[in-house]
Amino acid sequence: MKDKIFRLLLFFAAFIILLLCAGIIYALVSRSSDAFQEYGILGFIANPEWDPRPATEEYGALSFIIGTIYTAFLALLFCFPFSLAVSLFNGEYFKGKRISSVVRSVVDLLAGIPSIVYGLWGFYAVRPLIIDLGLNAQGFGILLSSVVLAIMIIPYASSLSTEFISMVPNNLKEGAYSLGSTQIEMIRHISLPTASSGIVASYILALGRALGETMAVTMLIGNTDRIPNGLRDTGNTMASVIANQFGEADGIKLSSLIAIGLLLFIITALINLIAKLIMKRVGRA
Amino acid sequence: MENINNNGMEPILQMKNVSVSYAPGTQAVKNVSTDIYPNTITAIMGPSGCGKSTLLRAINRLHDLYDNIKTTGEILLKGKNIFNIDSMEVRRMAGMVFQQPNPFPTMSIYENVLAGYKLNGIKLGKKEKDEIVEQSLKGVALWDEVKDVMSKRGSFLSGGQQQRLCIARTLALKPEILLMDEPTSALDPISTNKIEELLLELKSQFTIIVVTHNMSQAARISDNSMFMYLGELIEHGNTTQMFTKPKNKRTEEYLTGVFG
Amino acid sequence: MSMNMSNSIIARKRSNQLVYWMVCLFSFLAMIPLFLILWDVVSKGYKNFNLNLLTEVTPSSMDALLANMNGDPIPGGILNGITGSVLIVLLAILFSVPLGLFIGIYLSENRDKNFAKVVSFLTDLLQGMPSIVIGIIAYAWVVKPLGSYSAIAGSVALTIMMLPMIVRSTEETLKMLPRAYKEAGLALGSSYTNVVFRILLPSGFGGIFTGILLAISRVMGETAPLMLTALGASVVNWDVLEPTSAIPLLIWDFYNDPNLVDLVWSSSLLLLIVIFVLNWIAKIVARKWKI
Repeated sequence: MKDKIFRLLLFFAAFIILLLCAGIIYALVSRSSDAFQEYGILGFIANPEWDPRPATEEYGALSFIIGTIYTAFLALLFCFPFSLAVSLFNGEYFKGKRISSVVRSVVDLLAGIPSIVYGLWGFYAVRPLIIDLGLNAQGFGILLSSVVLAIMIIPYASSLSTEFISMVPNNLKEGAYSLGSTQIEMIRHISLPTASSGIVASYILALGRALGETMAVTMLIGNTDRIPNGLRDTGNTMASVIANQFGEADGIKLSSLIAIGLLLFIITALINLIAKLIMKRVGRA
Repeated sequence: MENINNNGMEPILQMKNVSVSYAPGTQAVKNVSTDIYPNTITAIMGPSGCGKSTLLRAINRLHDLYDNIKTTGEILLKGKNIFNIDSMEVRRMAGMVFQQPNPFPTMSIYENVLAGYKLNGIKLGKKEKDEIVEQSLKGVALWDEVKDVMSKRGSFLSGGQQQRLCIARTLALKPEILLMDEPTSALDPISTNKIEELLLELKSQFTIIVVTHNMSQAARISDNSMFMYLGELIEHGNTTQMFTKPKNKRTEEYLTGVFG
Repeated sequence: MSMNMSNSIIARKRSNQLVYWMVCLFSFLAMIPLFLILWDVVSKGYKNFNLNLLTEVTPSSMDALLANMNGDPIPGGILNGITGSVLIVLLAILFSVPLGLFIGIYLSENRDKNFAKVVSFLTDLLQGMPSIVIGIIAYAWVVKPLGSYSAIAGSVALTIMMLPMIVRSTEETLKMLPRAYKEAGLALGSSYTNVVFRILLPSGFGGIFTGILLAISRVMGETAPLMLTALGASVVNWDVLEPTSAIPLLIWDFYNDPNLVDLVWSSSLLLLIVIFVLNWIAKIVARKWKI
């Protein structure tokens, strides 16, 4: 009898996840419907205007969608050589050695630093550097936020990749060496292709992380509500505009911000889904 | 070494005082000295753990990959000490086939045969590639079976076919010596048979060393046999002689199934 | 052919070495930011890192301005943030741990059921949700109905964040337990409930506890969802229905206030210490309780 109740409780607990997700989607959709009704779904998405002035009030998500994609992909690009190096370091070159566990620990700690601290460091340490290097007069903008974002996602991009690279079967590697290859040739022709699905999945997951990142980006991107004009320009991401303007928003503006939240939710969900599908294929192969 | 079949030629592989240890203080191979002659099939036999695979893997310097393994002594391949030339060159001259067939899963059958060239950074023209692939696959009697599916990955092939593919891949590089580490122990009897026939054919072009735990296989295909026990080379001689009149008591015990 | 071989062998060995050194270099470079950040936080934060920090509430902007003008150290501390973080996170633990445990148990026991697969998928979905969106949800569900920002709204947000992590670590830990444990318990005539609570959970304690610790350390540093839910307060608050501060929220406030900005580093230092200690404990627990 007790078992029946217990099993029922377990089932209900699991069911709560269902309710939670349904509730989340409902909350987001219902509260953004005002904005979508006002501007039309496609109209809202494609509109680069974000004008809170009462006389000319008009809201659209495009500037932030572009800002988000811009910073996230740039961050991925910047982090790639470093996270690939780390995953080769840990998964192949120094696999199992003590120095590898040191590197792993350091990279894990990077993942533990809260976003706001990254923002502080970005502001106080990296921004002056960017100004001094003459890359950008006031420092804030796409470049600064992408650089810091890149550092933030290194642990995410490298951890799964390391797993997959280290799981390449030894007999494949010995087979390659027996044919006379050097280590890098073996890595290039055997290890990386064999681990490729896992590596791709890990970068997609890192991308998902970058897309949703809020505080560090908010503090570094300059907070202008328009489509950024290149690396030197400032802008806003979907997450940062919500963080910045949610506080005093109401009416159609609030609905628009929530609509942006919904879009962000959908985009990150899709990205994570793609990563999962890739991983599933790996599992089967 | 008694009554070796040597075809009246100079040895192609000479081992002098070769020892291999996995950990300080213990030796998996102890002081092995012997010669291998061209165009012969030599079987290395012995009970589990006797060091036969370890000795084989020393020949193509596979032990270099592992920090904890130390190899001492001299191994001369065609007169050159393998430790004095680049390991990559050694491995081109001595090709290896493993117990578990290991075709590269991300390459097609066609690409697998040519893998040696790709891994060595050697660029070939399409015509040359086609020739090499056809030749190598024909050489292992696999051509007819796969010629229509060469662009597919090799994972659907049977174990025996995969192993022949691996042999083709090794042969494509035209090595001097073929090192085979229990090449048929993971295969069914029919595939084993096919590969044994293949080896007998290849003998005319290559020198083959086969590690085997299957005495009857050694008896079937080898010209000469080496018997190893606890890391030492106990006896090396003409196979027929060794099987009928072994010189060493241990050898006799092994061959009659007292242990192993 | 032989001459070409030896030339290209040299070239190949050279590029092999080159890549090796590049991998080492870039790995090294990847580690540098950690040390730079730690250095900044520690060197700038230790000055204001004193007992006051932990025992007094935040000063008003005015007080800080006066202190700055007089060249005095800024008075006050972040007690309101510390108590706020404790309150909000404690509540979140209360909500998420039992629920997460149960769901994790359910998933590990019902792997083949379609329902379980759906729940598993949705759990992953929740895990990938950006924290600001979770903040919007908690705003919609708690702040709006209650009519005010509150600690409990913050807890709801953090609960949603912690839940998937706890579910996953519980599920994975239980999955790794040998099936023999459960079977032996049932074979002895024990009820399923007892087997779970007396055998499985204790055996998996290491992994489960580690998962909980890691989830806590993750949400301790979260700012965005709290901005939309708990808002912040300048006094110590234990009333769950009132706006409450938290350490990351204070850091944000300090950052935006030119008079208080010097306090960012000591607060960050405290936050990092808490997070790293939690991580470190989690590692030790994981190692000691390895099955």
